[in-house]
Amino acid sequence: MIDHLAEFFAELGMTGTVIWTMIKILCITVPLPIIVAFITLAERRVIGAAQWRFGPNRVGPKGLLQPFADVLKMLFKEIVWPERANKMLYITAPLLVLLTAIASWAVIPFSDYLWLANIDAGLLYIMMMSSIGVYGIIIAGWASNSRYAFLGAMRSTAQLISYELAMGFSLVGVILLTNSLNLIEIVRHQEGGVLNWHILPLLPLFFVYWFAGIAETNRHPFDMAEGESELVAGFHVEYGGITFALFFLAEYINMMIISVLIATLFLGGWLAPFPVLNELTIFSVAPLGDGFLWLALKVVFFLFVYLWIRATFPRYRYDQIMRLGWKVFIPLTLIWIILVAIATQWSRLFG
Amino acid sequence: MKRIKRLFKTWLLSEMRAGLRLTLRRMFEPKTTILYPEEKTPQSARFRGMHALRRYENGEERCIACKLCEAVCPALAITIDLAEREDGTRRTTRYEIDMTKCIYCGMCEESCPVDSIVLTNIHEYHGEAHYDLCFTKEMLLAVGERYEQWIAHDLAKDMPYR
Repeated sequence: MIDHLAEFFAELGMTGTVIWTMIKILCITVPLPIIVAFITLAERRVIGAAQWRFGPNRVGPKGLLQPFADVLKMLFKEIVWPERANKMLYITAPLLVLLTAIASWAVIPFSDYLWLANIDAGLLYIMMMSSIGVYGIIIAGWASNSRYAFLGAMRSTAQLISYELAMGFSLVGVILLTNSLNLIEIVRHQEGGVLNWHILPLLPLFFVYWFAGIAETNRHPFDMAEGESELVAGFHVEYGGITFALFFLAEYINMMIISVLIATLFLGGWLAPFPVLNELTIFSVAPLGDGFLWLALKVVFFLFVYLWIRATFPRYRYDQIMRLGWKVFIPLTLIWIILVAIATQWSRLFG
Repeated sequence: MKRIKRLFKTWLLSEMRAGLRLTLRRMFEPKTTILYPEEKTPQSARFRGMHALRRYENGEERCIACKLCEAVCPALAITIDLAEREDGTRRTTRYEIDMTKCIYCGMCEESCPVDSIVLTNIHEYHGEAHYDLCFTKEMLLAVGERYEQWIAHDLAKDMPYR
């Protein structure tokens, strides 16, 4: 079906390609806010459950309409401009954060034929987008003309820079194994069941990437940038209504990006854990075979862990975060990269 | 040996896993939340909620306008005017409780020699303006008539301790 549609638009020439790309972009960007809305609901329910309460369960059946009520509330709130704020930067910051968060989805492969762009430097592109997203946070803190916001921005800058290093290093391990920055190539390299997934040879890098990813998205227990108890809300303290909603949306989209990347880089993306599942066919379709289902399952698991961790751990102290980033994660990744490099070279030379 | 053990514990994140296990177990345990409008916490018979003025069984109002409640009220929420009725008895012409002043201490109920003013266990009432919460004599008597059974039941339950 998709092939036919693609062919149809390809025959239309340039305009057809543009329309087809626009359709694909809409297919990615429209479900994102809806999924984010339900993640916020899931977050409140999961944390509630961990504390022996229900969480929101009044709006609609089982509270399922709660996110829409929240969104409506956000939309109708007034945007308060802080006095002497830099208006241009003040309004750019949430847009920049959201834009980069959504733009990262361009190179994510959803299954062996579903993706928007097949870029050779896909991994680099995502790293770039997440780095630009940090600017949004810094600009937000700067433009708000507020001490709390500025402190939050400073903290998150220092934290993100130190964790981006560890994150980048753990990606180097993946690149060493696959010899490619292309996400599709990286997933294909893991074909052949759980034993071929990168999580096994790169176990420490997997954990470092995971925790650094939590730090990168400013989530618990690394949410120094927000730090409700000491900085009110950190960098977005002066933002209200829809501008705040944009930051919120970006944060959750980034969570999903990190979860998708963990699944893609270390857990075989769309691949089924056992190749046998591809042979269980009903009417020549393998419902449990490689495909979007497995990616979705892995992502849902990691998203749940995000919420689970938030329900469990207290916030790190600032110097502890820095210590963990510089003294634990970076040396650990460096050592493991060297080991991986030696192992790959060894097998190339002698094996 | 101790240090090696500690090293393993740190790098295998044993404390963190214990914490995560605990919260995961909590998620599947029964909730303690009471879903308020459908479920309610048990209430003592002594609960001090909305006020009511009671009547005797023959319909005569109990209040004899002794003004003890007005005198004892620490928040000065009660206002009483009195006059002689045609049959020569002493009755209130005005009995008002400002619910926004009232602190629900129950001293009026304790001071009342004829068990006229009582605090029912109704706490779910509201007013949309200040004057909605200034309860007049008619309103208080109406409350008393409406909930006489409950009030009598609660009073009887509490009687052994008075």
